[in-house]
Amino acid sequence: MALESRIPSGSIESRWDRTKFEMKLVNPANKRRHTVIVVGTGLAGGSAAASLGELGYNVKAFCFQDSPRRAHSIAAQGGINAAKNYHNDGDSVFRLFYDTVKGGDFRSRESNVYRLAQLSVNIIDQCVAQGVPFAREYGGTLANRSFGGAQVSRTFYARGQTGQQLLLGAYQALERQVDAGQVTMYPRTEMLDLIVVDGRARGIVTRDLITGKIECHVADAVVLGTGGYGNVYYLSTNAKGSNCTAIWRAHRRGALFANPCFTQIHPTCIPVSGDYQSKLTLMSESLRNDGRIWVPRTGGDKRQPSQIPEDERDYYLERKYPSFGNLVPRDVASRNAKQVCDEGRGVGPGGLGVYLDFADAIRRLGEDKIRERYGNLFEMYERITDENPYKVPMRIYPAIHYTMGGLWVDYYLMSTIPGLFVIGEANFSDHGANRLGASALMQGLCDGYFVLPYTIGDYLAKNRFDRIDPSHPEFRAAEDNVDSMTRRLLSINGTRTVDSFHRELGKLLWDHCGMSRNAQGLELAIGKIQELREQYWCDVKVPGSAADLNQSLEKAGRVADFFELAELMCRDALHRDESCGGHFREEYQTPEGEARRNDDAFSYVAAWEYQGVNHPQALHKEDLAFEYVHPSQRSYK
Amino acid sequence: MKLILHIWRQANAAAPGKMMRYEAAGLSEDMSMLEALDVLNEELIARGEEPVAFEHDCREGICGSCGMMINGVAHGPSRATTTCQLTLRHFRDGQELYLEPWRARAFPVLKDLVVDRAAFDRIVAAGGYVSVPTGSAPDGNAIPVPKDDAERAMDAAACIGCGACVAACPNASAALFTGAKITHLALLPQGQPERHERALRMVAQWNLEGFGSCTNIGECEAVCPKGIGVEVIAAMNRDFLAASWAERDRVHAGA
Amino acid sequence: MSTSAVAVAGRGGLRFYQTTVGKKAVMAVSGVLLFGFVLVHMAGNLQIYEGPEKLNNYAKLLRSVPALLWGARITLLVMVILHIWSSVQLALLKQSARPVGYVKKETLQASYATRTMYWSGPIVLCFIIYHLLQLTFGAGGTPFQEGDVYSNVVQGFQVIPVSAFYILSMILLGLHLNHGLWSLFQSLGFYHPRYTKRIKGLAAALSALIVAGNISIPISVLAGWVR
Repeated sequence: MALESRIPSGSIESRWDRTKFEMKLVNPANKRRHTVIVVGTGLAGGSAAASLGELGYNVKAFCFQDSPRRAHSIAAQGGINAAKNYHNDGDSVFRLFYDTVKGGDFRSRESNVYRLAQLSVNIIDQCVAQGVPFAREYGGTLANRSFGGAQVSRTFYARGQTGQQLLLGAYQALERQVDAGQVTMYPRTEMLDLIVVDGRARGIVTRDLITGKIECHVADAVVLGTGGYGNVYYLSTNAKGSNCTAIWRAHRRGALFANPCFTQIHPTCIPVSGDYQSKLTLMSESLRNDGRIWVPRTGGDKRQPSQIPEDERDYYLERKYPSFGNLVPRDVASRNAKQVCDEGRGVGPGGLGVYLDFADAIRRLGEDKIRERYGNLFEMYERITDENPYKVPMRIYPAIHYTMGGLWVDYYLMSTIPGLFVIGEANFSDHGANRLGASALMQGLCDGYFVLPYTIGDYLAKNRFDRIDPSHPEFRAAEDNVDSMTRRLLSINGTRTVDSFHRELGKLLWDHCGMSRNAQGLELAIGKIQELREQYWCDVKVPGSAADLNQSLEKAGRVADFFELAELMCRDALHRDESCGGHFREEYQTPEGEARRNDDAFSYVAAWEYQGVNHPQALHKEDLAFEYVHPSQRSYK
Repeated sequence: MKLILHIWRQANAAAPGKMMRYEAAGLSEDMSMLEALDVLNEELIARGEEPVAFEHDCREGICGSCGMMINGVAHGPSRATTTCQLTLRHFRDGQELYLEPWRARAFPVLKDLVVDRAAFDRIVAAGGYVSVPTGSAPDGNAIPVPKDDAERAMDAAACIGCGACVAACPNASAALFTGAKITHLALLPQGQPERHERALRMVAQWNLEGFGSCTNIGECEAVCPKGIGVEVIAAMNRDFLAASWAERDRVHAGA
Repeated sequence: MSTSAVAVAGRGGLRFYQTTVGKKAVMAVSGVLLFGFVLVHMAGNLQIYEGPEKLNNYAKLLRSVPALLWGARITLLVMVILHIWSSVQLALLKQSARPVGYVKKETLQASYATRTMYWSGPIVLCFIIYHLLQLTFGAGGTPFQEGDVYSNVVQGFQVIPVSAFYILSMILLGLHLNHGLWSLFQSLGFYHPRYTKRIKGLAAALSALIVAGNISIPISVLAGWVR
């Protein structure tokens, strides 16, 4: 299979404009004749469904939550980047583009990233007009802060709830279209299969989570905005319901999966406190603007943090990276935390934590200023840990947070299945091997508001769509497929719960395909994952029935997909004999312990093609060309 | 630590339900209320019983999915805290807890502790937005917004739509939820053009969904996990009355 | 949202009074007028301490312009009807909005007054009816002399159950006003972080004043200070 990325030629500044001009348009009168399915209602899916509805398409939007407003984009805290240069500090579209490509460790597509940087400014305008209550300066203009890894202030924010406010903006726009009759909303409905007719995506099979009813929905194009797959690790900062099922089932139907091993570990999460823990809580990275990260200089130091004198503390990020200090990119910050903990210098129960200390900032700015900036985060920390971060340093530890990998898409955000578009975190496109802070919200909204509505029109205008009856054999087959999987899961009636399998899988993956990886561990993990998967299919216990609200059954199907994905992640990590961004292979590091890329051999996107359950995926490569940002060793020293 | 849990069990929307008693042992005080239910559910599944259905997703207090009455208080005894962030530190070893679903005609129980809150979506669909087509926005700094207005708008916009306000209200009123959205948009210049219609339509929709009236009691603000106060209800009343007067010759509320 | 009014009216447009906010506004406005009456009425009643002549003359004065008297009576009657009608409807709505109650329900910050509105109101209504029967129509079972308000009051309050019912009703009226007097600001859309606190204080003070002023009369009669 040749990967046609459809990247336009010409100067990078003009590519998107020219592409837009060259796209075929759908006659306004014809738009309502096209049905488009959008799965997922987060920033990407919600904004896409609203924008498509407004253009006049007949939209069906699906989410598994009880309301589109609950999509996990809502939990993003820190902010959203845009190259507005409102602060006159030298920002520009090119600089945002440059930072993103570099931050992604040269494993992303230049053209996509440039478009993202260009459109970032429109996103802010759109959201302000929707009534998103961004933070303001006293003069009434928009406030900005600098955010993980950036040396300019380009991050817009709404307290520590930026994701929530942006999502509510998109959700409200979506509800406006629901009210106008342009969008039909299907909440509590989970996509369980993609229907491909004559090589094109023509619909989905869903399960109504309340009644258990399996149904087919026909459309001319299908859009997946179903988020990332971080929950494959069981413990992550993702919402409990976040899953890979929609993209994985599309993968099984022929959509290539790109760079699955590129996962991001977020450096500032609240450490694990016990075996029962169901999820990890992230503290916004913005905390690193004022907090200083340190551990005791010597291992096994059990004194209270306040008892440890200044000269016995190791502010290791400031020491190793004098120019970026505590603001180094996420992967660097995370790996260093792991390193000091591995050296036995970690703090807190279990020794898996480092201090994030605000004492200096409070001395410098006063407690009120700190409360104004981070009040809600401090409260959240105290609620969970019962410790007051104004008095004692916070303890943080890295956790799985975001997945840069996802379904492969071309410049038009279309996957290898014509008519199947993938947006937001669900695709692989813009962040390379590592995502910069405050860029996920930007990408989700950029795809949903400003890219997909154009590119999907081009696809719809260029193709003919025959009416398909839901009784078409492909539909019946997909429905039967879903039905039989459901019945199989219910009939195993083994001895272990879904969660216990998921926990074990997550631990395996975290140990061998987490913050750092090596060939031996990955090979071991692949074998163990296969064993565990086989065990799963003969020993899992799923109570209840299929014709009912059955949360165990929902989880069971998702975990079944996680098993297959986990194996693919390990294979991808194993094949990529280099370190880059979030993918750190211990065999490939500089003498100082930094990631060592191998641009000659691995400057490509690894896109995997499904071959059946017990057959390893086939690898396809999309070579990456860097015309504007020349690959260099990232250095934050 | 151990808890005695009395939990409302109901097979589906049509079935009758009842309180059932369970003992959840092997808990830790660092656990959240939902993690305690996870532990109970693992045990129930092992025993071959159906686990307790409850709604949850982000487990960090922002998605608004979770929520239940815990000993008669929506989201439990800790102020400004969602059920998912309520740790067991707030309870004694061996304490008895009554866990019940939100109760309101407009929030029918679907199963156990899960209720249908789609009425909230319909209230938003009735006008909880600014009609701004994608791509038609002026520059973000074109209209300055006083910092204080932006802050107060943010206070109201913090609503997570969990439904605790309805659950706690003796009248099962949706005034706090509706008022929060109306207030958020009314404080910003972008919300002005549709301000009247928004108030009329959202109030009408809240009423049509079968929620009760606000009688200014304040139980809602006491349980709101985001600390939204009853001032948003006054602001909604003001906008509704002003709109009713201004539009008196034209429309009925909600039209 | 700006689609034409007519197009969406069919999807459930409500008239002003059909909405709960409209009903509460009606309740607030009628409540204010009724409170005004209660205040003036008490001020008039307190003239009892200035002797029979003063009070009886005051009563005569009130009746001297029938148009005014009947205007006031009709206004009050309409306000009472509106106040009751809106509260009955809201009470019915309360029942229907939560058909299944809780096994356990705690009250966090609702004051005693707010929780007693639904029965303090009806008891006060019963009192008003009796009060009118007793002192306006002379059918209250206590001695009654047309035109001699002073002795009607004094002789009436010498009957202990009558005084007791009066005192109880005034305390309930006080509770009712305690909530109603600040709540009406909220219903009519006024809230301010500073002033609302003051309004609540003022509401409490005014309702205490009403209670104290009114119950001082039966107490004085029973104690023999007014005879």
